[in-house]
Amino acid sequence: MVNNRGRLLGAGLVALMLSGWEVASLAGWLNPFLFPPVHAILVGLAESLLDGRLVAAVTASLARGGAGYLIAALAGIGLGTLAGYHPVVRQAIEPIVDLVRPLPSPAIIPVAILFLGIGAAMKIFIVAWACFFPILLNTVDGVRGVPTPLIETARNLGLGYFRTLRDVILPSASPTIGTGLRISLAIMLILTVVAEMVAGSSGIGYLILEAERTFRVAEMYGFILALATVGLLLNRGFLALDRRLLAWHHAMQRRSTP
Amino acid sequence: MSQRASLSLGSVGMVFQGSDGPNAVLDHVDLDVAEGDFLAIVGRSGCGKTTLLRIMAGLQRPTSGRVLLEGCPVTGPEPRVGLVFQHYAATLLPWKRALDNVLFGLSMRRADRGAWRERGLALMARMGLEECAERYPWELSGGMQQRIVLARALIRAPRVLLLDEPFASVDETTRAGLQELLRGLHRTEACSIVLVTHNLEEVIHLSRRVVILGGRPARVERALDTARGLTRETLRSHLSVAGGAA
Repeated sequence: MVNNRGRLLGAGLVALMLSGWEVASLAGWLNPFLFPPVHAILVGLAESLLDGRLVAAVTASLARGGAGYLIAALAGIGLGTLAGYHPVVRQAIEPIVDLVRPLPSPAIIPVAILFLGIGAAMKIFIVAWACFFPILLNTVDGVRGVPTPLIETARNLGLGYFRTLRDVILPSASPTIGTGLRISLAIMLILTVVAEMVAGSSGIGYLILEAERTFRVAEMYGFILALATVGLLLNRGFLALDRRLLAWHHAMQRRSTP
Repeated sequence: MSQRASLSLGSVGMVFQGSDGPNAVLDHVDLDVAEGDFLAIVGRSGCGKTTLLRIMAGLQRPTSGRVLLEGCPVTGPEPRVGLVFQHYAATLLPWKRALDNVLFGLSMRRADRGAWRERGLALMARMGLEECAERYPWELSGGMQQRIVLARALIRAPRVLLLDEPFASVDETTRAGLQELLRGLHRTEACSIVLVTHNLEEVIHLSRRVVILGGRPARVERALDTARGLTRETLRSHLSVAGGAA
C-alpha cells in the first residue's frame, strides 16, 4: 500500500511537471525555442521511431556499448579474480590502477582517436576502459571477501585450483561482482553517448548533438527522453537478471534484515 | 582396537614469520592417533591447537617434523582427513541447498549422481536432517548447520575426522544432542576422531584419550587415558599445571 502510494505520488509529480512545462511553453512563460511544448517533443519522438532513425541509432549505440561492456566484464572479472586471490598480483597492479583510475574517461578520448580513429573501435575502447575499473575493483573486493574457512574447506575437500575458483570463489564473490557490473552498466551508456558526440556519425549520442546543431530542439529532447528510457530499461533488465541469478543472496539478506 | 596409527605426528614444529620476527607456535609435538581412536586435545586459548589440526589436515606444512597418514607422508590437503572448522557456518556454501552442501566437492560421474544423492539423503536422515535436504544453510539453525558440516565430512568416509571446537557456539541442549550424535557416529563410522575442545565434559564423556598442549611454543605436556576414571577435577588440575585454561 505504501509502495503504491509512493509510486502514484511520483507519477503524479512527473505528470505535474510535464503539464506545467506544456502550459508554460504554450503560454510563452518559458522560451518555446528552449522549452518546446511537451506534445511537440512526443510527436518528434514518435516520428523518429516510425521512420526508423531512433531504432537504428539505439541499436548502433547498444552494439558498440555492449561490446565494450563485455570486454570490460571479461577483463575486469578475470584480472580482479587473480588480484583478489593472489596478493602478489594485487600488489603488482595496485600502483597502475591507482594512477590511472582517477582519470576522467572522456580525457582518454583524444588518445583513443589517435590510435584507433573515429570509428567503432575507438568507442568500444573508451567504453571498455571506463567500465573496466568498477568491475575490477568490485571483483577484487568480492574475491578478497570470500571467507578463509570456505577456501580451506575447498582445499580440504580436494578441490583443485580451478575448481576452487569456479565453484567457490566466483559464486561467493558474485554479489559484489554484480554490483560492479551494475555500476558499469550506467557508465557504459554515458561513455557511449559521449564518444558518439565527440566523434560519431551514428548512434543516439550523435542524434542528440545533430538535433541541437540543426536547432531541432523538440527532437533533441525526444532523443534524450529515449536515451533515459533505454537507461531505465537496461537497469531494470539487469535488476531482474540479478534477482534471478542471485536469488539465494537476496533471500538471505531479507532473512537477516529485521 | 588395532594399535596401528591412522595419523602420526613426529616432532612437529611450526614457526610463523610475523612482522616482528619469527613466532614459534608448536615445538616437537609427538602424537599418534590410532585406528578407531577418539582423541581430545585441550590447552589454553591460542596455544596452537587449531594450527595443529590444520597441520594434520595438510592445510599447513609444519616447519619441522613429519605427519604420516596410514604410513604415508601428508604433503598437502588430504581428503582422507575430514575437517570441521570452528566457524562451521562460514564453511557452508550459501548458494547451495543442504544436500548439495553435503555432496559438495565429490568427484562423481553423471551416472553415479543418483546413488550419491541417495547416500547423502540417508546420511542426513541418520543425523535428523531428513526435512532439510532442499533448504538453504541460512534457513537452518546452528545445530542443523553443524550437522550438515559433519555429514559433508563423513560422506567421504574419512580415515580421520578432525573437529575444531565444533560445539562452541551452540546452546547447551543442542550441544548435548550433537555430542550424542558424535558418540554414535564414532561407534558406527570406521574413522578416528580428534576433537579440540575447551569443554572438559566432552573430554571425559566422549574421548578415550586426552592430550594436553602447554608451554610456549606448545608441546604435548600430558597424555591421559580418560577410560581410567579420569575426573573433571583431575583434568582441570593437569591443565592448570600445563598452563591450560578451560
